[in-house]
Amino acid sequence: MLNKLVTGTLDWIDARIPMTETWNKHLAQYPTPANFNFWYFFGGLAMLVLVNQILTGIWLTMHYNPSAELAFASIEYIMRDVPYGWLLRYMHSTGASAFFVVIYLHMFRGLIYGSYQKPRELIWIFGMLIFLVLMAEAFMGYLLPWGQMSFWGAQVIISLFGAIPIIGDDLTLWIRGDYVVSGATLNRFFALHVIALPLALVALVFLHLVALHEVGSNNPDGIDTKVKKGTASADEKGQFTFHKQYSGKKDIIDCIPFHPYFTVKDIMGVCGFLFLFCAVIFFMPEGGGYLLEAPNFEPANGLKTPSHIAPVWYYTPFYAILRAIPDKLIGVVFFGGSIVILFFLPWLDRCKVRSIRYRSWIHKANIAQFIVCFIALGVLGALPATPLLTMFAQVGSVGYFGFFIALWLYSKNEKTKPLPTRLTFK
Amino acid sequence: MKKLMIALLALLPTLLFASGNVHLDKANYDLTDKASLQSGAKLFMNYCAACHSTAHQRYQRVATDLDIPEDLMVNNLMFTDSKIGDLMKNNMDPAEGGKWFGVVPPDLTLVARLRGPDWIYTYLRSFYADPTRPFGVNNTVFPLVGMPHVLEELQGVPTAIYETTEHDGVEHKAIIGFESNGQGEMSSDEYDKAVLNLVNFLVYAGEPNKLERQALGFWVLGFLAVLFILSYLLKKEYWRDIH
Repeated sequence: MLNKLVTGTLDWIDARIPMTETWNKHLAQYPTPANFNFWYFFGGLAMLVLVNQILTGIWLTMHYNPSAELAFASIEYIMRDVPYGWLLRYMHSTGASAFFVVIYLHMFRGLIYGSYQKPRELIWIFGMLIFLVLMAEAFMGYLLPWGQMSFWGAQVIISLFGAIPIIGDDLTLWIRGDYVVSGATLNRFFALHVIALPLALVALVFLHLVALHEVGSNNPDGIDTKVKKGTASADEKGQFTFHKQYSGKKDIIDCIPFHPYFTVKDIMGVCGFLFLFCAVIFFMPEGGGYLLEAPNFEPANGLKTPSHIAPVWYYTPFYAILRAIPDKLIGVVFFGGSIVILFFLPWLDRCKVRSIRYRSWIHKANIAQFIVCFIALGVLGALPATPLLTMFAQVGSVGYFGFFIALWLYSKNEKTKPLPTRLTFK
Repeated sequence: MKKLMIALLALLPTLLFASGNVHLDKANYDLTDKASLQSGAKLFMNYCAACHSTAHQRYQRVATDLDIPEDLMVNNLMFTDSKIGDLMKNNMDPAEGGKWFGVVPPDLTLVARLRGPDWIYTYLRSFYADPTRPFGVNNTVFPLVGMPHVLEELQGVPTAIYETTEHDGVEHKAIIGFESNGQGEMSSDEYDKAVLNLVNFLVYAGEPNKLERQALGFWVLGFLAVLFILSYLLKKEYWRDIH
């Protein structure tokens, strides 16, 4: 009886929208390489954090007051008078940092396994656009508590646009809506932070997934799991049936359905992630002054400059590059360039082998030095600029851009190892 | 490589002392000590609150959290015409305050999160007589501070003890400690204890939910740890038929 009711309802819906079809196409019969490792948790986790930010954001918006006069006090109202408001606020503030942690690890995965290479260039481009929008989203959200660091951080970053010749001053005026960061800036940043940019983020995440599901996931071996129709043996194809969208055109090897295998695996990843996430929320929400900075417990004051203005940790690698260059305009160009160059990664890497497992020692060394430089720049960007530290930041910047130049040079005729024909499980 | 090592060694002091050059004493406050918090609240309301508001918290919440009966709170710790549910503002006109002290006395609700407990603890114990200043006192933690030594009645008038050292033929005078004139109501130890209570109250005021947050955190992490184990077993069960 109940069974009949359920099937009846499903049939009724399926006759009107392709629900079961979509479920099968993208989950239950979606082919996923079976050898995904630790690095493959972070895409799903990024979506989890996005949902966390949207949900906690909605409830924070119910109590937050986006005006220069009341913003700061309304945050403390949330922290004290709104039941569990402190939890919502810490989930949101910690979530911002967690978002960048998982996104950076997700990008690192793409980097080492060559997931940006043909035919996944558009996945990478959409991903980079997500990263860019996320940086804007976090920057505008950071102004909303209207503390000292919110105010002065925004002042410093917006003034960078002033370095652009001819239009610079008008552009900064247009962004701020005032001659200094003010209530007008706060209002428009609030609008962009809660409506415009989240919409763009969700749309881009959708496109990122559309592009992914069209070509299928890469894997730690970087070899194709979709081969010419009729060339794979029964053993290679395995026990599963996949949706005809994928199996109709190609033979699929060493893959398993996303659901239930990766849904149960991701539940495990989510639990592990939430453990760490909650450890920060409940026991160190200020993150040693790196997640919530001490000067931000003082309301914004345009007449009092903090002794040391530093951006939040997730911007510091790029900020260090900006500061490493003495000329403001050239600094801004390299600051922008350090992000723009990432968009071109699919074409800068001319090697046909994707995964770091089968590439040359030169490539491994290049990635290693890139990671060292990126982390070093991140540390330097948070410290005050002394001549010595600036020199280190210059070295780091050379390493950062050098990665891309070296990659372009050696990847054309790179000495790679032979690729396996089947996925390997280590 | 050697150059790099030297450079890194040269960097070390910069990294270690980047936070400022004044030594801060450790404030061993205890948020579970209700008596200390009550004593801190009493000190704050009597000596600080006339100039410094704590306008993000409410009288009633403080009374509830610190186990202070409401009538005691209203009769002994509220000096404005506020109601028990009101925010803890004061009657000082900011413009007047600015005129009197050279700077508007800041709201102190979040001072413990802004400057840290150790800073407040050391600051309130670092006033010393300095006739060149408008209120006759200066402070080693906050040089040229605009505030008078409001706790003088408790501590007495402290004078600085100087130590003179010679470097390269130039004499350097540095403050190494303070000595009270003994006119205060409290001994040196009692005063330190009183300041610690005050610090404790300000740490509480900065984040009244801190203890609740940590207590809830243990349950959340415990739950997630169990859930992680179960999800691992579930994953293992499902993946038995794969490779």
